[in-house]
Amino acid sequence: MSNNIVEINQLNKYFGQHHVLKDIDLQVDTGEVVVIIGASGSGKSTLIRCINGLEEYDSGELVVDEQALAPNGGNQKVLNSIRKEVGMVFQQFNLFPHLSVRRNIMLAPMKVKKQGKAAAADTADRLLERVGIGNQAEKFPGQLSGGQQQRVAIARALAMEPRLMLFDEPTSALDPEMVGEVLDVMRELAREGMTMMVVTHEMGFAREVADRVIYIHEGRIVEQGPPDQVFDNPQNERTQAFLSRVLSH
Amino acid sequence: MEFQFQFDWQAAINAFPFLLKGLPYTLMISFGGLIIGFLLGILFGLLSINRRWYLRWPATAYIEIFRGTPILVQVLFIFYGLPDLVGSPIEPVTAAIAAIAFNSGAYISEVVRGGVQSIAKGQREAGLSLGLSRTQTFWSIIWPQAFRRMIPPLGNQAIVSIKDTSLFSVIGVGELVRQGQVYIANTFTAFEVYFAVAIIYLVITLSLSFLLRLIERRGMTAA
Repeated sequence: MSNNIVEINQLNKYFGQHHVLKDIDLQVDTGEVVVIIGASGSGKSTLIRCINGLEEYDSGELVVDEQALAPNGGNQKVLNSIRKEVGMVFQQFNLFPHLSVRRNIMLAPMKVKKQGKAAAADTADRLLERVGIGNQAEKFPGQLSGGQQQRVAIARALAMEPRLMLFDEPTSALDPEMVGEVLDVMRELAREGMTMMVVTHEMGFAREVADRVIYIHEGRIVEQGPPDQVFDNPQNERTQAFLSRVLSH
Repeated sequence: MEFQFQFDWQAAINAFPFLLKGLPYTLMISFGGLIIGFLLGILFGLLSINRRWYLRWPATAYIEIFRGTPILVQVLFIFYGLPDLVGSPIEPVTAAIAAIAFNSGAYISEVVRGGVQSIAKGQREAGLSLGLSRTQTFWSIIWPQAFRRMIPPLGNQAIVSIKDTSLFSVIGVGELVRQGQVYIANTFTAFEVYFAVAIIYLVITLSLSFLLRLIERRGMTAA
């Protein structure tokens, strides 16, 4: 039995004629922080969306937390049980606008884990404290800034006590002055040992927090390794070209 | 020859007590039909966006048929045609409620479909990613948001259906217009009486509009 929480072998995915993911092989160790970089449209978001079954794939093997996830999502029970263990944070936050901040966080523990209302509310308040917005529980998402909303979204995912957290460009929709507060929460999470897969354009964060950086180009993993190796001494010329574009400004 | 028409206010006022005997019918048919129509609308609206074609197609057929034919033809069909099929006569009021129910149900199906489809797909993804089942995601995340957006078009449909009940005078339901016709047959004061009838409809629809504004405003502050 391996320590890998994610096992991907020879995964391929098409959007119609377009071959989005090509022969992806990827193992993620428990406690590891993997940052995935690449140009937009390279397939990096699609890859992490496959891991919790938000995207179907066409061929290959995908095992999450020792449960095989079928290409088309397969058995609903297996899918839901994987999703319970895998939290996701979206670029657009996707908070539930009709529920208060506290209710946003309480929903899944109550519906999925059948937690009592009081216990769920306690968890929600504790998590809000942890992401630094303990005083906003009664507000509605629309009353918060983007940075605060994304921190609520992180707290909402954490309420399910996931074993793996997926971040799909969590700071790309934020005003520049709010990027830091979200990255701080993620940094803290990584320090506490959370297994994380992060798709991002924040190269500073990648260099500082990642255990491993993966560069995806046109649906293929072309380079991966520890951050200093990938950033300071990239082997593949495509990685070199990409990094010189994103790091030079 | 000189002809001068004079609006007789007194005639209009005198007609009210008789006309208002039709009001319970108008209200009962409107709201009875709309309540059933709302349930039909939820059912067929959701079926019309189901993944399974064998649920989607019949729902779409229902919607297209009842949206694509006049409600007058529908009620005549139910009242005069259907008894041949079921072997027993159908009460005018029953036929009228059924016509409103099936007709508004078709339009409300489209309102439901539009409301549900207007919710960003990220909401569904967020629910699913938290481990909620598709059913849980729908009823605790999508539906509450969709319903709020459905309130204005639902109000619109209610107003249309209330006015549609005026057609049921043709099958002899004693609603507002029918009462007006009977009254005019004795008094020959068509102008005044239809004016009075129009006023009664306007009072009903304006009250409803006002109520809906109130509900909408309350919905806004909660979100």
